[in-house]
Amino acid sequence: MVDVTIRVNGQARSLDIPPQVSLLDALRERFGLTGPKKGCDQGACGACTVLADGERINSCLALAVQYDGREITTIEGVDDPLQTAFVRNDGLQCGYCTPGQICSALGMLAEYKDGAPSAVTEPDADPGELTEEEIRERMSGNLCRCGAYNGIVKAIQETAALDTEEVSS
Amino acid sequence: MTALQQRTGSVGTPVDRVDGVAKTTGTARFSAEHTYPGLTYAAVVHATISRGRITAIDTTRAADIAGVIKVITPENAPPLKPAPRVSMLNMSSIVSGTSVNYLQDNEVHWDGQPVAVVVAETSEAAKEAAALVDVTYRTTESSVDFVTARLQAQVQKGNPLLPAGAKKGDAAAALAGAAVSVDAEYTTPPYNHNALEPHSTTAAWDGDRLTVHDATQSIGWFRTHLALRFGIPEANVRVIAPYVGGGFGGKAFVWPGTVLAALAARATGRPVRLTLTREGVYRTVGGRTPSIQRVALGATQDGKLTALIHQSVARVGRTGGMPEQITTQSRHLYAAENILLEQRAVEQDVLPTTSMRAPGESIGTFALESAIDELADVLGIDPIDLRMHNEPDRDPVDGKPFAHRMLREAYAEGARRFGWSARSPQPRSMNDGRWLVGMGVASAFHPLMLFTSNVTVRLSADGTVLVRCGFQEMGMGGATVQGQIAADALGVPFDAVRVEYGDSALPSAPMAGGSMQTASVANSILEACAKIRASLESLAKRSGAVGQAPKAVLAKAGVPHVEAAVGSDTRLGKVTGQMRMMRQVMRDRRYLRAATGAHFCEVRVDQDTGELRVSRWTSVFDVGRVINPKTAGSQLRGGIIMGIGMALAEETLFDPRTGRIMNPSLAEYHLPVHADIPAIDVSWLGDPDPTMPLGLLGLGEVGITGVAAAVANAVHHATGRRVRDLPITLDKLVP
Repeated sequence: MVDVTIRVNGQARSLDIPPQVSLLDALRERFGLTGPKKGCDQGACGACTVLADGERINSCLALAVQYDGREITTIEGVDDPLQTAFVRNDGLQCGYCTPGQICSALGMLAEYKDGAPSAVTEPDADPGELTEEEIRERMSGNLCRCGAYNGIVKAIQETAALDTEEVSS
Repeated sequence: MTALQQRTGSVGTPVDRVDGVAKTTGTARFSAEHTYPGLTYAAVVHATISRGRITAIDTTRAADIAGVIKVITPENAPPLKPAPRVSMLNMSSIVSGTSVNYLQDNEVHWDGQPVAVVVAETSEAAKEAAALVDVTYRTTESSVDFVTARLQAQVQKGNPLLPAGAKKGDAAAALAGAAVSVDAEYTTPPYNHNALEPHSTTAAWDGDRLTVHDATQSIGWFRTHLALRFGIPEANVRVIAPYVGGGFGGKAFVWPGTVLAALAARATGRPVRLTLTREGVYRTVGGRTPSIQRVALGATQDGKLTALIHQSVARVGRTGGMPEQITTQSRHLYAAENILLEQRAVEQDVLPTTSMRAPGESIGTFALESAIDELADVLGIDPIDLRMHNEPDRDPVDGKPFAHRMLREAYAEGARRFGWSARSPQPRSMNDGRWLVGMGVASAFHPLMLFTSNVTVRLSADGTVLVRCGFQEMGMGGATVQGQIAADALGVPFDAVRVEYGDSALPSAPMAGGSMQTASVANSILEACAKIRASLESLAKRSGAVGQAPKAVLAKAGVPHVEAAVGSDTRLGKVTGQMRMMRQVMRDRRYLRAATGAHFCEVRVDQDTGELRVSRWTSVFDVGRVINPKTAGSQLRGGIIMGIGMALAEETLFDPRTGRIMNPSLAEYHLPVHADIPAIDVSWLGDPDPTMPLGLLGLGEVGITGVAAAVANAVHHATGRRVRDLPITLDKLVP
C-alpha cells in the first residue's frame, strides 16, 4: 500500500492504496468523483480526460501514485463558459463523453495558445484564429459515439472567440 | 379560444436539452455511479473456447487474492430460472440476449461466455483474481466462420410485423429478359455498437426485493425478465436508469452482466457493481450480424425497373440472435414490376447477434442503393433521375397507400442545398489537385410503428406540470421533447413542466427502440392532457371560472391539482394495454408508414495513397413534424456519423478458426473521430405525418440508413472503383 496526497479540485485528499490503482479509479471509486468517465480503460476514447496542473491527460492511463502532490481538475471543478456553450450548441447527447470532451477542450485551448504544433499547424506558424479543422484535429482523441461532433466543435470555437475578444478588449 | 387552448409554442422550438447542465458539470450519475453501503465489485471470467464443456475450474489462486469475497462458478452459483421462450403474446420475452442459463451448467456456447464471476472488496482485486481463475475445457467441433457457413443458411421465418421476404410477379424471368441489368454481391462485416458507456449493473437485494441500476434502454422489460429469472414478483424488482451512456440497440436486451450482477449480489449477500470492461462488452453483448447480399436489377433502356431481386444471408448464434430484416427497404422503395426478396440466416457458435441502429435497413440500403447507382451508371442516367423515375405511388408489393411519402421533395431540396448540378456525370472526372472528388446520393428509409405507453400527468394549483413515465433517455432528448409536448398541450410555459423518467417504478413505457419511443409516449401524454383539460373545463363551469387560466380555475375550485392517467400497470391494465396495442398495430397495417430521406455525400480520395475523406454532407429528411430542431438535428447527424463509420472504418474481426473477436477495443475497432467528420448539413421537410400523434415520425434510426451507399457511390464517382465490401478501407482503393 502507498500513501498518496493529491489536490483534487483545489482540495488536498489523501489515500492509502495499492500502487496499481489508476488515477481514474481513485477519482471515481475512492473519491466518489464520477465526472471523469471510463469508456475503454486504455487511453483510446478520452472519456476519462482530466487536467493535471492544467494539462489534459487520460486518467485511466495514469497511476494515482504518480500524481502525489499534483493538482488534478475534474469536470466537477470546472466552471467555464465552455460548459454552457456545449449545452447551447447541443454538443452532447447521452453525456457520457462530455466531461472528457470539456476537460480536453480546456487543455487544448491552452496548448494552442502556447503554440503547441498539430498536424494542421506547422510548428513555427503564427497561431491565428482557431479554425474548425484545427479543433477537429486537436480533439480527435475524444470519441463521441452519439455523434455530437458538430456541436462540440461549434461550442469550442465560440468559446475560443469569446476568449480572444476578452484579450483584445 | 379559451386560455387552455392557447399554444405556448414550445413544440417546434430549439429548446436546450433539460439534462444539459447535469451532463456538462459531472453531476449526472450513470449506472456505475451509484453507491451502496458495503458495495462490492465483480469481474467476469470469459470462456476461451467457442463450444464445449468446462471439465474443471480451479479457483484457488483467485481466492487467495486479498479482498476477494467469493468466486462464483457453475459449482456454487445460486439457482437461476431459464430465460423465457420467445412469444409474441408476451413482448418482454424477446428481451433475452441469449437463452443460456448463466453459471447453471458446464456448457460453453461461445468464445467469451461468462464461466465465473469474482466478487471482491475493490475493483482491482476483482480484476486481478478474475485473471487467475483456471478453467479447463473439453472442446466440441464448432461452426464460427460466416463466409464458409453461408451455404447452410436457412430461410428466415418472418412474423406479421417483420416479414422476411416478398414475391411479386416472376423477378428471375424478368431479370433474364431485361434490356439492361446489374447483378452483384455486397458484403457487410459484423459491427459493434460501442456506446461509450460500457454496460454496468449495480444490484442490491433487500430480502426478496431487488434494486438494479442498469445501463438499459428497456427498463420495463428488464424488470419483468429479472423477476422471472429470480422467481420473485415483478413488483419486487426496481430498475433505475435515468442516464444511459448511449445504447444504439446494444442495451435493448438483457445480456449476461445484468443477470450475473444480481446473481452475485444474491450469492454474497452484498450489493454488487459489475461494470464490463470494454473487452467484456465485446465478449458478452451481441453486435450486428455480418451480411452477404445479392441485389439484381433489371430495367428497360429508359430506366424503368422490371426486376428487383434482393437476397440476404445473416447470422445468429445457436443460443439466440437477430438476423435483421435486411430486405425491408427493397419492399418499399421502388416501383419494380417484379420483386423477389429472400432472407436467410445461419446458426453459428458465436455470441448471439442483436439489433443495432436501424437493424435491416442500415446494411440493406447499402446493397440496394449501391446497386441502383450501378444501374444508373450502366444506363447513363443521373442516379437521382433513375430513382424518381421509379418512385412508387403506392407500396410496390401489396399496393397499400403510403401514410406519407415525400422522397421526391427530399431529393429536390437536397440537390439544391448540396449543389448536385455541379457534378459531372462521368466517374473520375472531378478533382482538386491530387484529390479525386466524387459525389454520391442514396435514399434513407426506416419503417415506423407506434406502441402504447402508460403515463400520468398532473397539473398543480401553482401552475406546474409533472409528467411521469418510465421511458428511457440515452441522449435522444426524450425528457426535453416530452416536456415541450406537455407544455403546449396544457398551455403552460416549458419551464413549468417536469418530466420523470428512467425508473421502472413509474408508469411503464415501451423500450427505446425502433424509433418508436417519442411518438408512443407523446400519444399518451396528449391523451392525458386532453383529460386534464376536460376536468378543468368542468371544474371551471362548477366554480364559475370559465375562460380563466388553469391556475385560476384550480384556485377558485379549491382543488390542489388535477391528475390524469393513461394505461395502468395492474394485471388487468396490462391486458387492456396489450389489446390496445394490437388494435393499434392492426390499424397501422392498412398503410405503409416510414421516415425517408435523401443523402448527398462528397468524398475526396488521394489519387496515390487512397486516403479517403468525407468532405461535405447534406441530408434532407421527411420525418414528419419535428418537435425540437436542436435535439432532432443531433440525432439525425449522429445516425449519419455512425453510417460514415460503417462505410469507412468499423469492423468487428472474428478469428475464422476460433470465433474469438480479435479487436475487442476502441483502439482496434475504429470509430469516426472529430477529424473524420465535416460539418453535416441536415434539414427536414416538416410536413406532419397524418397517422402519427402531432404528425411526428421517429428519427433515431432513419439517419444511418443509406449512408454507407451514399459514401460508396461517391467513392465510385471519384475513382471509378466500385467497392461492394464494407468498410471501404484504403487498401481497396490504392491504384
